[in-house]
Amino acid sequence: MTTEPAAQAALHDDLLGSAGDGPDREPGDEGASIWRVAARRLRRNPGAILGAVIVLVFVLVALLAPLLAPYGPQELPGRAEIRPTYIPGPSSEYLLGLDRYGGDLFSKLIWGARASLVIGVLSTLLGLAGGAVVGLVAGAFGGWVDTMTMRFVDLMLSVPSLLLAVSIAAVIGQSPVAVIVAIGVVQVPIFARLLRGTMLAQRGQDYVLAARSLGLSRRTVTMSHVLPNSLGPVIVQATLMLATAVIEAAALSFLGLGGGSPTTAEWGRMLTAAQNELEVAPRLALWPGALIAITALGFTLFGEALREALDPKTRKR
Amino acid sequence: MSAVDGVPLLSIRDLEVSFTTDHGTTTAVRGASFDVLAGETVAVVGESGSGKSTTAAAVIGLLAQNGRVSGGSILFDGTDVTARGGGIARMRGRDIGMVPQDPMSNLNPVIRVGAQIVEALEDNGVARGDAAWRRAVELLQEAGLPDAERRAQQYPHEFSGGMRQRALIAMGLSCRPRLLIADEPTSALDVTVQRTILDRLEALTHELGTAVLLITHDLGLAADRAQRVVVMYQGEVVEAGPAEQLLRDPQHEYTRRLLAAAPSLASRRIQLARRTGGRPEYGEDLLAPSADADGEHAPAAAAPPIVEVEDLTKVFRLRGKGLFSRSTELTAVDAVTFAIPRGTTTAVVGESGSGKSTVARMVLDLLEPTSGSIRVDGVEIGARTRAEEVAFRRKVQPIFQDPYSSLDPLYTIYRTVEEPLRAHEVGTAAQRRARVLELMDAVALPAALLRRYPAELSGGQRQRVAIARALALEPELVVCDEAVSALDVIVQSQILHLLADLQHRLGLSYLFISHDLAVVRQIADQVCVMEQGRIVEQGTVDDVFDRPQQAYTRALLDAIPGRRLDLGPQAA
Amino acid sequence: MVRLVLQRLALLVPTLFGLSVLLFLWVRALPGGPATALLGERATPDAVERINRLYGFDRPLHEQYVTWLGQLLQGNFGVSTRTARPVLDEFLARFPATIELTALALLIAVGVGIPLGYVAARHQGRLLDHTTVVASLLGVTIPVFFLAFLLKWMFAVQLGLFPSAGRQSASMVATHPTGFYVLDGLLTREWDAAWDALMHLVLPAIALGSIPLAIIARITRASVIEVQNADYVRTARAKGLGPGRLRRRVVLRNAMLPVSTTIGLQVGLLLSGAVLTETVFAFNGIGSFLANAVFNLDYAVLQGFILFIAVVYALVNLAVDVSYGLIDPRMRAR
Repeated sequence: MTTEPAAQAALHDDLLGSAGDGPDREPGDEGASIWRVAARRLRRNPGAILGAVIVLVFVLVALLAPLLAPYGPQELPGRAEIRPTYIPGPSSEYLLGLDRYGGDLFSKLIWGARASLVIGVLSTLLGLAGGAVVGLVAGAFGGWVDTMTMRFVDLMLSVPSLLLAVSIAAVIGQSPVAVIVAIGVVQVPIFARLLRGTMLAQRGQDYVLAARSLGLSRRTVTMSHVLPNSLGPVIVQATLMLATAVIEAAALSFLGLGGGSPTTAEWGRMLTAAQNELEVAPRLALWPGALIAITALGFTLFGEALREALDPKTRKR
Repeated sequence: MSAVDGVPLLSIRDLEVSFTTDHGTTTAVRGASFDVLAGETVAVVGESGSGKSTTAAAVIGLLAQNGRVSGGSILFDGTDVTARGGGIARMRGRDIGMVPQDPMSNLNPVIRVGAQIVEALEDNGVARGDAAWRRAVELLQEAGLPDAERRAQQYPHEFSGGMRQRALIAMGLSCRPRLLIADEPTSALDVTVQRTILDRLEALTHELGTAVLLITHDLGLAADRAQRVVVMYQGEVVEAGPAEQLLRDPQHEYTRRLLAAAPSLASRRIQLARRTGGRPEYGEDLLAPSADADGEHAPAAAAPPIVEVEDLTKVFRLRGKGLFSRSTELTAVDAVTFAIPRGTTTAVVGESGSGKSTVARMVLDLLEPTSGSIRVDGVEIGARTRAEEVAFRRKVQPIFQDPYSSLDPLYTIYRTVEEPLRAHEVGTAAQRRARVLELMDAVALPAALLRRYPAELSGGQRQRVAIARALALEPELVVCDEAVSALDVIVQSQILHLLADLQHRLGLSYLFISHDLAVVRQIADQVCVMEQGRIVEQGTVDDVFDRPQQAYTRALLDAIPGRRLDLGPQAA
Repeated sequence: MVRLVLQRLALLVPTLFGLSVLLFLWVRALPGGPATALLGERATPDAVERINRLYGFDRPLHEQYVTWLGQLLQGNFGVSTRTARPVLDEFLARFPATIELTALALLIAVGVGIPLGYVAARHQGRLLDHTTVVASLLGVTIPVFFLAFLLKWMFAVQLGLFPSAGRQSASMVATHPTGFYVLDGLLTREWDAAWDALMHLVLPAIALGSIPLAIIARITRASVIEVQNADYVRTARAKGLGPGRLRRRVVLRNAMLPVSTTIGLQVGLLLSGAVLTETVFAFNGIGSFLANAVFNLDYAVLQGFILFIAVVYALVNLAVDVSYGLIDPRMRAR
């Protein structure tokens, strides 16, 4: 079937036609999928690197907590040394000092990372799964099901997220599970809206029409073209949601919805307990507070950088 | 007005423009030199990426932030505008005006159109207050905007594309500059609108004695409108000269190729060595009128047509804007009837909003008709069994306009081309692989591209991939929806030749949707001209193009730029 | 324009209706039912049954809902189990405090955020810009109540520049005709009272305004950068527009469109932030009242508060849309 002149034509096409596409292409782009290109762009972005480092350290600390922490999450090794007006500060034995109840602050911060990771990941997974179900149902059925579902989603979005989380947690009762469910449920409408929106946008793309023209079933088109291409924004949103989850979990703990005792190794809870010790030992508040902020910052930095790396509009820069 | 003897108004010498990017410095314009005399129209022609728009931006000092003039000079009336403090900021609007490309995005959306001209008049010290407003209305009138007094009070979103472009012309000429830079001033508009606007621009600048630097990708348009033409290619000026001479006797290889590829009404149906039956030949001469082929082109007239469309109608229900406003109906396609004889090309042409793409979607069974019937190979699309549907999908395949969105960005080229085979469970993995290679060969793409992703390919290459995918199942009908509209002329010509070649070899039938009559003339056997959902005229290409019966068809044909391309070397 | 307002008000009706159904079912989904919710810890089986009969909780759901909705429409939000007073009265008594606080917070957020974002955009890619970007990210990720702690500890406890808690100093004797303490001070010409109230507002307002400030600065920056690269800005330069007019009429006016929407969205954030900030500063507004309600699972208050916030939120967004129409002619046409 070879036609030599045609091959020549294609060569010219390369020679002449691609001139306009020149700036788009980068050296070493051979066989580069969107994800690989995004990874390369992330490596060049200092914000992304900082974010990734923070996230990595956080995850490692959370996973390796039993190895890293000198004491267990509930242990109160220094109980005997606490006086009403005096809480021992940093020493060789207690790296960051003790808290009001005689717990080792350093150990509790490490265990707190684990608590935050569990709450963040579980609630975001819950939100993602719920959002996917709602979004897919709305998108798949269309018509009035879609309208009603999206109205409901709008309704949920019309209540500020913290209040929504508070009211949900209040129904379930004061416990870590309540916090996870509350934060997760609040994320459902956000993911549902996002998924439905990106999938609708994908559906109008020519390559989806081309796939439909092949006679592929709706399900196959959705699973093999629409969904994979909608994944980018969802992953970005999930990363940003992890940041929100860490912050909101702390807020719910602060409002007393997290359950557990004041000695629980959870950052929000520790921060709340430290409230009364500001004059005696401000470090008790500074440490957990700063860790919440830095962890959330890490996820946000990474999420924003990922969004930028995946955005074809900014890709030329 | 003041044609100072010999001294050019604008003189560009050895201009070099570079851009700093993350990957270092790229040079967009290299050693470009040309002049524009007072009162003269000079066209700069080139493909995307040729540096033509960058040159224009350098003249008016509006390069993107990362760009700068890195060498050479631009003298306007003797002053070097590239020099620091050369005062280009003070010359903008007053001495050098600009009409930008896209009328939709170039007007400030939150300010009244009249006020946008007033601000130009005031800031350039031409007029103030009420006088400025009266002047703005006059200018809009002059640019051919009807009912200018009322229109000046409106906002850009209340204007159509053509009206906006008129406003932009009024703005560009508001302070009577001596040089007007028109950067693709009508590329975004329908041909008929394009023509009236260019006519008005030409008349106005002629009357005022304004020199015009016309930037365009369209050689035909340049030939029609300019006294002199400058051809740019990859940042360099490859040829410059009086329009007529350049068309008649192009010196540079690139100009020749451009000229040969440029579709015009003078071109004829691409014919592929039918007589000899040998290998198809490629080359410029294929575009030359081939009188011998006319009688040849009626294969299997007796066989039933591959597609019969009867009384096809599509009504869209538009939801009302408000909560309580009733929905309105829009008849996008109105009782359309045509047939596509086997092995031939039927083109549907029309301007934006004519309903031509809606027809394509319905023939592809991607959109359900409101009424009427479409029969493909004798089988009614609406009423068929599952087996018939599978057969239909194998028989009918699309090629879409935008090569950037028609391939799944996450699929390698191999997966893209293989997908139809896998979807229809054709052959074993090894057989499919062989078929993919065969297809790549057929569309003249190197097999090395198979592991690449669409983002790494040029527009022309992507369109070839789309063609390979469409051909994988050996279809009988290919629906090309503006399949070459997004491509530069030379690539466009190559793809058209490829399509013609494939048709010849594989006996394909095409439904070819296009807004470009010149392209249609090259590829089609029958033409349907659509206007507002209706077919106003249909017939063979020669009948419709040479003996148009309807006023609308004539208007469309008259509006096509490039009549002077007939002067080209092949005609000489 | 008038039509837009009417349409939006009409849309508010089904939204609130839907929300009221949800809230109604929410309290009935509580473990132990609404009686337990009402009684709290005093819920003995006997008491629950009495309450059920008294409030008609034993009747069919739809009947209960109609009764409840009727009460709502008459302004009866129920009775707080903690204070035993009508929820509405409690709200009205505390609302001025929260309005004062959120208004000042919003003022700070807008007054600092917009100029900051604009300046950052003008210096895009330079140190000032990078600093603003990182600071605004940090502004979003610092928990509001932690920032409140920090401010209180630094400026109230350590430096003693501002009072650390409450709405006015204990020593201050002042009359309060409106409930807005700063305004009251001005109206009654008790200048020191006004000043004292204002000083009490500063720290909580900064803490509360931090997130909106960061968000507004980021949106302003992004929006200005986008507008600066728009075709119409280039065209405006090409026609010889002076730098002043270019900035005011072209860049700023277009860049403010998305910013104005964002400001509207901040109100919800401010109201939920108030719950945390008011608690830290022992500021007696509806926020701290709600925090107590949460702590004591005072459902009537929670229910009323959510409904109340939804209405406020919707009205504020309507106001934003109207103001949006005033700057964007494309919206006005509808």
